[in-house]
Amino acid sequence: MRTFATIILLASASAVWAQEVGQVKVAKGSVQIERAGQRTPVAVGMAVRQADTLLTGADGSVGVTFSDNSLLSAGPNSALTIDRYAFDSTTHAGQFDASLRKGTLSVISGKMVKQTPGAMRVRTPSTVLGVRGTEFVVRVGDGS
Amino acid sequence: MRAALVVVAAAVAAGCAQAPPKPVVTEEYVVVLPGPDGRTGSVEVERGGARRLLSEPYAASRIGADGQQSALKASEPEVRSTFGAALSALPARPATFMLYFVTGKDELTAESKADVQKVLDELSRRPSPDVLAIGHTDSVGAQELNDRLSLQRAERVKALLVAIGIAAERIYVAGRGERELLVPTADNVDEPRNRRVEINVR
Repeated sequence: MRTFATIILLASASAVWAQEVGQVKVAKGSVQIERAGQRTPVAVGMAVRQADTLLTGADGSVGVTFSDNSLLSAGPNSALTIDRYAFDSTTHAGQFDASLRKGTLSVISGKMVKQTPGAMRVRTPSTVLGVRGTEFVVRVGDGS
Repeated sequence: MRAALVVVAAAVAAGCAQAPPKPVVTEEYVVVLPGPDGRTGSVEVERGGARRLLSEPYAASRIGADGQQSALKASEPEVRSTFGAALSALPARPATFMLYFVTGKDELTAESKADVQKVLDELSRRPSPDVLAIGHTDSVGAQELNDRLSLQRAERVKALLVAIGIAAERIYVAGRGERELLVPTADNVDEPRNRRVEINVR
């Protein structure tokens, strides 16, 4: 019984850790977050989790600060997915995979890339960007 | 032969009359930017097994609607016009503060007490701010012990910040042990400046 309780405690602790990987710090116009098939309007302060997709409308833009201090923001008509995010705050080891299906993205990489250049990858429909630091912008489509 | 040409001509004419065909390949564009310190990082662009490194300020790679990849150099005004909305939505860069303790005591130095006010000021300037307290140790002792000690230092700073009114759920802690010495030393060197807690306000 005690073992069982311990397992539940450990599971919930890791779930809390896994839940929030970043926080929305900027949200303008129409922005939604798609999580497990459900779309919710985005507000400043909202947690971003692995597997979330951020969707902006024609007047929308959104900025997120991640736990390793990576900063990502998307302009209008964008679809940005956080495919995988893992970060060890003690060793700074980690992996960050994001994909931009359409729209514009600007990135300032964080502590995990500083520790391990290439730890962050941004995928577009035909390209994989290996991030060695620090600032760059990406556009997919003609912006319409 | 002539019949085939007529069919092709008709198809071309029909194509012109209607909307242009959708491109098979989406246009893609990436530009590397210089940082605030003037230094430019690098991004490796990998496509179909070919790799290209962008590492100069405003170095860019573009894939046209025809699928052709080209290297070019972008300009600051052009980046601002194409990416302005995304760039202006970037969250503020984290602000960093360093807090030091009186040796052997659970008490901040006088200078660090003044810095706590700066942390509060920074918090009031940001929308939905959070705080990351990162503990560090000097290189005396085993790494596992220093990992634990550094986390304890971060927890102590968290308790101090909570005591002056910062919500506990907005404060995250991390312990880096002796991995990030402020003053580089050999192992097992007693160095007060390495025994510190770094605060990131985000």
